[in-house]
Parts: sequence; structure tokens; C-alpha cells
Amino acid sequence: MELVAQFLGSAGARMVVGLIGVIALVSVNALFLIWMERKVAAHMQLRPGPMEVGPHGAIQTVADAIKLMGKELITPEKVDKPVFWLAPIVIFLPVLLSFLVIPFSQTMIIQDMNVGIVLILAFATLSVLAILMAGWASNNKYAVFGAIRSVAQNVAYEIPLLVTVMSIIIMVGSFKLSDIVAAQDRYWFVLVQPVAFILYLICATAETNRAPFDLPEAESELVAGFHTEYTGMRFALFFLAEYTNMFIAAAVATVLFLGGWHGPFFPGVIWFLLKVYAVIFLLMWFRWTFPRVRFDQLITFAWKILIPLAFVNLLITAFVLKLR
Amino acid sequence: MLINYVPILIFTVVAIGLVAVIVVLSELLGKKKHFPSKDMPYECGMDPIGDARHRYTVRFYVIAMFFIVFDIEAIFFFPWAVVFKSLGWFGFWEMLVFIGIISVGLVYVWGKGALEWE
Repeated sequence: MELVAQFLGSAGARMVVGLIGVIALVSVNALFLIWMERKVAAHMQLRPGPMEVGPHGAIQTVADAIKLMGKELITPEKVDKPVFWLAPIVIFLPVLLSFLVIPFSQTMIIQDMNVGIVLILAFATLSVLAILMAGWASNNKYAVFGAIRSVAQNVAYEIPLLVTVMSIIIMVGSFKLSDIVAAQDRYWFVLVQPVAFILYLICATAETNRAPFDLPEAESELVAGFHTEYTGMRFALFFLAEYTNMFIAAAVATVLFLGGWHGPFFPGVIWFLLKVYAVIFLLMWFRWTFPRVRFDQLITFAWKILIPLAFVNLLITAFVLKLR
Repeated sequence: MLINYVPILIFTVVAIGLVAVIVVLSELLGKKKHFPSKDMPYECGMDPIGDARHRYTVRFYVIAMFFIVFDIEAIFFFPWAVVFKSLGWFGFWEMLVFIGIISVGLVYVWGKGALEWE
């Protein structure tokens, strides 16, 4: 009981506000990002994109979301029903949990855990499980192919991702995200770790299944990949998780390399969000710049180039730190 | 100490609740109409041929096995990274040896051609 009282004291209020904030952010962010993706894609191809609903089509995605609400949830025959129903929950869970430790500003952080970055990396891995569950349970050939590709790709790019993140951690000596940002008050880590930043961006693109590494849902060969059989709001949940994962990947990049909330004139949270959306814009830019890679290229690139490079980068960082 | 992890539990419950509410609401709002061709797995409009859960190339198993080995090795970087500053040169040489051992493994599977994808 004492524990409960202690918890409810200050952390309880923080929790409730944080939860409401996170849920609002997740939905608004997804609606905004889908619109932004369509607009960025359109302008890069010299066309206007959505224009009809609202100014410059700004509330097109709201209309889409409302339409999806009213769509039928089809559960095809021969699917593995419990797994099929569980997969949207499993993909949504890590997405929400990752927001627990993201420091939007010096004070805007729900729970500043000492395992921060480990928590995010661990939960990010859970989404692989959800994708495999969705694909395998669907009993659809495209879904199974998409899921298998996705798992192979995600596990291959996770190792360089972990090693790259470690080269930042040894500079700070803490997993706490707020400590990592606080250590960058003089200069951003991207200036001293440019290779790590590029490695992280490549791995993050692969982990979020985005082009040029979007083989799990390569629309010209696999229809929609692992969520081919999902309709209505279940499909929307996968979409929501995908775009929120982009936000989280960009937020981690901001924390590790771009100095988090640090910046002049504006309050920290504005700088943080500006940097996050700048990174997201970069990820969208990739999509319209690079053609999709072949699967063998994808796997060999991770094992033969990224992993050795990440190890070398970690060793050089460690060596330079020891020289100081 | 454990009190720090209570938010994870709360978020888990809220996330599951939220998804359940969304799905149930949508189930109530959406229409329900079944006919055989709608309940079939999608296969470009054709009748599906056989089962979807086919055998697939052994390459994927190989990749999965490498992942387990290398990921567990990568885990050892975590505690090392946090205390790196207080370890002195000893920490550096030790990790050099460790990465050396991992690299031998990587070079071995590379040389065996296990990373090739034909």
C-alpha cells in the first residue's frame, strides 16, 4: 500500500498526463505523417498530391481514418484466429511503450528510466514478432513471404544497430536518454560520430521496413506483405504502428546524434520535434531517391558491410576515448 | 526499485485496452456480410492453390541462426559500454580481444559462403 501511495504522489499525475499526451501524439502524428508522406511524394514527382479535403488536403487523412472506422473487419476462413486477432495488439504495444522514456524536453519525459535506450531497442524488437504473427496467421502466400522477409531483414539489421548505438553509449556512460542529451550541450554527437549516424539511419530505415528496404511490403510483388488480409481498423492499427515507429526511430536519432532538446531561442520541445520531423523528412526523401534493393543485396549488405563497419567504428571510438 | 517499472505495466494495460476498444467499436460500426469468395485468402482474384504455409528456402534459417549467435554477442557490449570510462585501457584491450573473436566467427561464416544468397 505504501508503494502505491508513493507512486500516486507525483508520478501518478505525470503518468495520466503523459498517457493522454502520448495517445494524442500517436494519433495526430500518424495522421500528419501520412499526409506529409503523400505531399512529399507528390512534390518530388512534380504533382500536387491530395488537394480536395481541407486546405492543401490537410484533413484528407482524417477523412480516411473515419472511413476506415466504418469498414468491415474481415476474418478470412482458415486463418489462425487467436494469433490473427492478437497481432495488432502486439504491434501496437511496443509503439506506445517506447514513448515512456523519450525526453521531449528537459522536463517533458514520463519516466526517466536508467535503462532508457535498452528499453526502446528491446521493444522495437517486439514488432518483428507481431509481423511474423500477422503474416503466418493470415494463411496467405503474400503475407507469409512478407513476414519471412521482414524477420530476416529486421534481425540482420539489428546487430549493426545495437553496435552503433553502443559507440554513443561509451561516450556518455549511461543508458538514460536524458543523460545522453545532456552530454551534447556543447556539440552534437553527429559531428564526432558521422559514420555512426549514417549507420544508424540505414539500420533505422531497414528496421522500419521503409524504402529502399521495403521488401516485406513490396507492393509490386507482395500486394501489401504481412497485412494483406487485414481490413478496417485492424489494418489501420498496423499503419498507425508503422508511422509511429518512424517517429520513434527519428526521435532516437535526435537523442543520440542531434542533441535532443538543445537549441537556441525556442523551448526544448519545439527543437526536439523540429529535429524529429527533419529526420522523418530525410527518411521520406530516401524513399523517392533510391530504388528498392534485391533481397540478396539487402542481406549481404547488412552482414558484409554494416556489421564490420559498426565494429570498426566502435573500436575507433573506444580508442580515441582512451587516448583523451 | 521495481516501482520504476510500474509505468510499463500501466502502459501495457492501456495499450491493450485501447486496441480492444478500437477493434470492438469498429466491429460494431462496420457491416457484416459473408459469402464464400470474400472469406477466401487473397490471391489476385484466383482460387488459392494449396496452403500458404509452404516450405521455404533454408537460407532464412541460416540467417536466423547467425542472428542468435551475433545478437547474444552484441548483448555483451551493453554492460561494457556503461562502465567503459572507469575501466581504463584494460577495458579497451579486453573488448579488442572480444571483437577479434567475433570477427573470426564472421570471417569463418563468410569464407564458408554462408552469407552468399544464390
